[in-house]
Amino acid sequence: MTRQQVLDLYFLAARHQLIEIAAFLDRVDRAEGEADFRLGAFAAALRCLQEAPPGERATAVLMALSDPTTEPLPKAPGKGAVGAWSGQRLAA
Amino acid sequence: MRYIEPHAHMVSRVTDDYAAMVTAGCAAVCEPAFWAGFDRGSPQAFHDYFCQLTEYEPRRAAKFGLPHFCWLCLNPKEAEDPGFAREVLALIPQFLDRPNVLGIGEIGLNKNSRNELQVLEWHVDLAARTGQLILVHTPHLEDKFKGTRLTLDVLRADSRIRPERVIIDHVEEHTVKMVLDAGFWAGMTLYPETKCTPARAIDILERYGPERLWLNSACDWGVSEPLVVARTTLEMRRRGWSAEAVDRVIYQNPLRFLSQCPRFKLP
Ligand SMILES: [Zn+2]
Repeated sequence: MTRQQVLDLYFLAARHQLIEIAAFLDRVDRAEGEADFRLGAFAAALRCLQEAPPGERATAVLMALSDPTTEPLPKAPGKGAVGAWSGQRLAA
Repeated sequence: MRYIEPHAHMVSRVTDDYAAMVTAGCAAVCEPAFWAGFDRGSPQAFHDYFCQLTEYEPRRAAKFGLPHFCWLCLNPKEAEDPGFAREVLALIPQFLDRPNVLGIGEIGLNKNSRNELQVLEWHVDLAARTGQLILVHTPHLEDKFKGTRLTLDVLRADSRIRPERVIIDHVEEHTVKMVLDAGFWAGMTLYPETKCTPARAIDILERYGPERLWLNSACDWGVSEPLVVARTTLEMRRRGWSAEAVDRVIYQNPLRFLSQCPRFKLP
């Protein structure tokens, strides 16, 4: 597809999703109480949109939300996943 | 249009789904063993589930003219108790000769724990000893990247495992390359909120080529869409894919992988 075709096919959907993210962050701003680690992970993932190399943005966002460690856990802490890693990332 | 649904948990779907899938061109459905949404209370409950997958569900599908196949295992969400897992694994061999059984799956990891890894190794050993195909589930969300790496380590450490006989499912942008580079097949699951969307799955197909990739709905008792593979073809066509290129991904690819099991035969 040409860039023009990609825009014709996906611009409105991407615009819609972008505004949803903005409104979600506004909603978080207006709410009270402390946020948990997911908000920081979300902010880090958002930065990937600007900072990741072209063509690697989706991978960079997924990695920003992923557990980067390699050691198996001694025990499974329940069954569910929440969408962001709660651990501390070493500074790059 | 024709397609194969290589991953659907039909025991938790209604008959309307069977009718709609067949109407949309589904030529076969494959059902991996999975978590029921609650932990089963005994190994006997798995025995009953394996009977359901190999006896009752194929009969239900046949009423709609749809060939039904299945994969057997203890799913990773119930793999934290190795003693229990051993008892369930001991039940599996008696089912492996049943006419609709494709292999061992969906095995893998959920929270990437030591016990889950141990149970994964036992399943891989069972598949290797009995010459079965393998279907691997990769973990959800933040656990997927780590779990995919650990899974690849287990599979590569067993010299009996041939990568072309293993499909690693639920890949996304950050895991697809390591799976394909290691020679395995990769499955992309199309879900409304997690895993892949149709647009992203097509991005991955366009980027990495269709050689060893397939699409599935993984529809189950949660929010999921049994017709999403068929619906994804609309987007492929909008993006300029030929009918032949679409057919290759949604029909010929699963046919090629699954035909490695002699029991996978379409009428
Ligand atoms: Zn599944």
